[in-house]
Amino acid sequence: MTGGSIFWAVIQRELQIAFQRLGDLVSPLMFYVLVTALFPLALSPKREVLQNLAPAVLWIAALLALLLSMNALFRTDVEDGSMEQLVIGPHSLPLIMLAKTVAHWLVSGLPLVLLAPLLAVTYYLPAEGVRALCLTLLIGTPTLSLLGSIGAALTAGIRQSGALLALLVMPLMLPVLMYGARGTDLAAQGETISGPLYLLGAFMVLSLTLVPLASAAAIRVSLD
Amino acid sequence: MLTANKLTLWRGSLCLFENLTFQVNDGSVLLVQGPNGSGKTTLLRVLCGLSRPESGSVQWNNESIESSRSIFGAQIAYFGHITGLKVDLTVNQNLAFAARMLGQHNQRWENYLEPLSLSHCANLPVRYLSAGQQRRTALARVLMSDAKLWMMDEPFTNLDQAGREFIEGELTRHLNGDGLAVVVAHHGLDLPQERLTTVHLGGLH
Repeated sequence: MTGGSIFWAVIQRELQIAFQRLGDLVSPLMFYVLVTALFPLALSPKREVLQNLAPAVLWIAALLALLLSMNALFRTDVEDGSMEQLVIGPHSLPLIMLAKTVAHWLVSGLPLVLLAPLLAVTYYLPAEGVRALCLTLLIGTPTLSLLGSIGAALTAGIRQSGALLALLVMPLMLPVLMYGARGTDLAAQGETISGPLYLLGAFMVLSLTLVPLASAAAIRVSLD
Repeated sequence: MLTANKLTLWRGSLCLFENLTFQVNDGSVLLVQGPNGSGKTTLLRVLCGLSRPESGSVQWNNESIESSRSIFGAQIAYFGHITGLKVDLTVNQNLAFAARMLGQHNQRWENYLEPLSLSHCANLPVRYLSAGQQRRTALARVLMSDAKLWMMDEPFTNLDQAGREFIEGELTRHLNGDGLAVVVAHHGLDLPQERLTTVHLGGLH
């Protein structure tokens, strides 16, 4: 049994479960739409104001929406005992954790990335800015999902751990937020964004290689 | 052969077991007994490698389970007191996933649906099944694996008389094929004495 087929088996199962629970899929998206819709109402619908705010608001709301969905990432698996089965089994636990995180990103991160350009248009973000927003979110949100998975694995055995999870992983997520929002802002002003993009890419590669090991160790601690 | 070597485990200020040493040979069962809260499930989790003891070691065929995790993992079928099933998926989907994780490409689990009285609900999400039927589904996962070591935590909970007899029959068959089992149970097992090693926990307070 190769690692690749285990990886796909886990992703397929996660997607099967996700589509049985459409409500859980929709709630981070609703959160994203609501938060971004409230800013123009509370602040000002002026074009200049919204254009200036857009990168920060769209990025912060995406981060919070993702964080909101991270909470349940491993909780149900620990509660229904399926995590025990996976941990006891002979397969590489980091690979399984990576597969679960990828599946989670596919159902909660990717929809945010797809929704972002629509919301960006309502903020009068110029075309270059929209493109940069999509690009930075596309690289940034998987990194956020990966980082969040460490916290989710550590707090999987604790009930009502939402605030704890946020406290644990927020410091790790800040660089991604800063470079993502800054990159979008630069692009909106017509400047080149290769710097932030390279850094976001580096964060993603770093977390892709190291985070599965950390979250596998964390879930073992949670189950002990 | 499963060997426990001077296992000691504390939970807070409570010593669950101290210097616990035993050996389970091929073809025999370790029966773990003791009152509630005496650490039976914890001992099972230590033997699976899910929890770590304070001191002592668990060995599978004279190799520490920590160092040979993937070899040991391939030999265990764990039947815990929570089922490990996804309640949103059907019986078939759950077992198909288990088969993929075991590297089985045939639909071998279907052979067990009938004897476990699950064939009429194989396409129902597990959440609609009764507790007993959920246990039976988890049991199918144990039976379809070729695992040499069965770890069973209160296997008879929620099962009717027919279910109990079925498990005991399968357990005997497993042992006859040189399999091993660790069973946590309140009641004794209907097995010949020479196959049975019993550990009583809860005498250390």
